[in-house]
Amino acid sequence: MAVVLKADHIDKYFKKPVAFHVLKDICFDIKRGEFASIMGKSGSGKSTLLYILSTMDTDYTGALYFNNELVTGQSHEKLSGIRNRHIGFVFQFHYLLSEFSVLENVMLPAKKLGEKSYREIEYDAIEKLKMLHIDHLAKKRASQISGGEKQRVAIARALINNPSILMGDEPTGNLDSYNSENVFNIFKQLKEEQGLSLLVVTHDIDFAERTDRIIQLEDGRVVN
Amino acid sequence: MTRWKVLLEIARTHLFTRMKSTTTASLGVTFGIGAYITLVSFMTGLNRMLDDLILNQTPHIHLYNEIEPSEQQPVNLYLEPENAFHVVHSVKPRQSQKKIHNAYPILQYLKEDPAVKGATPQLRAQIFYLSGSIELGGNLTGIDIMEEVCLSNIRDYIIEGTPEALDNSESGILLGAGLARKMSLSTGDRIQVSTVKGAVFPLKIVGLYQSGIADIDNVQGFAGLKTVQRILGEPRNYITDINIKLLDIDKAPAMARQLKRLFGVKATDINEANAQFETGSDIRNLITYSVSVTLLIVAGFGIYNILNMLIYEKMKDIAILKATGFSGGDVQFIFISQAIIIGVAGGILGLLVGFMLSRLIDGIAFETEALPTITTYPINYNPWFYIIGLSFALLSTFIAGYLPADKARKIDPVKIIRGS
Ligand SMILES: Nc1ncnc2c1ncn2[C@@H]1O[C@H](COP(=O)(O)OP(=O)(O)OP(=O)(O)O)[C@@H](O)[C@H]1O
Ligand SMILES: [Mg+2]
Repeated sequence: MAVVLKADHIDKYFKKPVAFHVLKDICFDIKRGEFASIMGKSGSGKSTLLYILSTMDTDYTGALYFNNELVTGQSHEKLSGIRNRHIGFVFQFHYLLSEFSVLENVMLPAKKLGEKSYREIEYDAIEKLKMLHIDHLAKKRASQISGGEKQRVAIARALINNPSILMGDEPTGNLDSYNSENVFNIFKQLKEEQGLSLLVVTHDIDFAERTDRIIQLEDGRVVN
Repeated sequence: MTRWKVLLEIARTHLFTRMKSTTTASLGVTFGIGAYITLVSFMTGLNRMLDDLILNQTPHIHLYNEIEPSEQQPVNLYLEPENAFHVVHSVKPRQSQKKIHNAYPILQYLKEDPAVKGATPQLRAQIFYLSGSIELGGNLTGIDIMEEVCLSNIRDYIIEGTPEALDNSESGILLGAGLARKMSLSTGDRIQVSTVKGAVFPLKIVGLYQSGIADIDNVQGFAGLKTVQRILGEPRNYITDINIKLLDIDKAPAMARQLKRLFGVKATDINEANAQFETGSDIRNLITYSVSVTLLIVAGFGIYNILNMLIYEKMKDIAILKATGFSGGDVQFIFISQAIIIGVAGGILGLLVGFMLSRLIDGIAFETEALPTITTYPINYNPWFYIIGLSFALLSTFIAGYLPADKARKIDPVKIIRGS
């Protein structure tokens, strides 16, 4: 199986307010079509790790490979291109552009990519919204929907460019069990049908146990 | 291409959802540009009017003879001192004529020169104006009135009567308005002039002349060249001054030097005669530009402030954009384009405001006897001012937008996402 993401001896320190070794010698890889979850106590460094893996945080030592290509040390310009094309990201707190409609929020990364026409992008966006049962909200302002709805809009946005990997920081944290189940099924379906790789931080042990693999983080170290 | 479109779309949304501060920022630019256009149009209009006032009455080159002591004193010719020098006390000019030698051949020569628009002969004489018991000293200038009309705007300054009337009359005079007022004379009245040597001649007032410069209007009269020659008892070729207009005023200094050498006369060019005048124009321009630049700097600070606030408010949005694959350059473009949109909108509105204010000033009555042809305040509608104004607006908003936008470019998304 092809390796999509590979972390090679990643270390990270916070220098302020006091020197703090937050990630210690992280080594693992995610294969194509693999659905992995990260678990760990609060403060164990899960979010910090995810920011590094998503190329947003470049302040670390070690090496990060994406589709067997070294990402560490690349220019910011190049990294944003990679994020746009290959990485879907769902934040721990739902983050939408509040002045834009739900539909526009979902369409933005595809417009930035600029590979498809406006009509095609709009069609894709509505498909993603339908999949998450929120297509009726398409025209609403992003600031006028509930927290759980926002989280699903964020998932739709992360999927719009059909990325190679989707990373989520507690993507179901705000959802009721019905919607949580729905999101899990969608993830599973995308993995099986499109070979999407997933790396999801979760505190939900039931959710984690149904994924292919659990990466356990303790005090900044992978322990399994 | 879609990439720019999406960035502009975001910029537009930012601007439209914060209409109030967008409007405030644009109005700042509008005031700056509006004030610039109004000021510069009015100031340069005034400059041009004042230039015209002087330039039209001043020949480009003026040829005349001046009575002055010879540079070569007889003693120099007599003995060239070797190890000595001489001192001559009370050097007096030699008695010489003010007449220009060979004036008519010179005029002929000038009229054949392709660079010369025209050359007119004049005879200037010091005389006394007599009316009843009043006796006033003054100048009487003999001119070929029809030629003067062609070359200068003397017609504008004849407030009563016509140049033709002077041309048709053997003993007519165009009297300075100040002089006429002092002596309570008007068109149709008779006046007597007396030469320095004492001869008295009667003349008929065919019109009044008003240049707007009191020092001239209180002493000046114009009569036909032949009339003045007759009054002075001088022959037909007696001419004291030649006024030259050129096609290209910038050639005046060089040509003046050439004529001086060629004919051995005094020649002053217009730049020499009006050096102080240029300084006045320069200072007015300086004031205009410093006021406008000040206003634009204030407007620039307004834009800087508002964009800074916007970026502070939009930190989260910037982080999301960066996380979803927009680069720092994209984010910078979004905010720079907002500044430029504000600049263009405010600038164009400013041009309109400036134009309308100029029209308004243009319509205000401004009557002064100094300027008989002017009825309203002068405005210079030079299209260059509008081009400069808009470039000004763009430049200042670009600079004001650049710094905040650069800050936005550098924002670290992880910090922001963690922060909340
Ligand atoms: N900017 C920072 N400067 C210093 N220390 C930080 C900074 N950000 C996070 N930390 C510390 O790093 C550790 C890991 O934080 P992180 O957010 O990765 O935890 P987490 O595993 O995601 O926790 P949670 O499950 O609560 O989200 C924490 O102890 C936190 O206090
Ligand atoms: Mg976290």
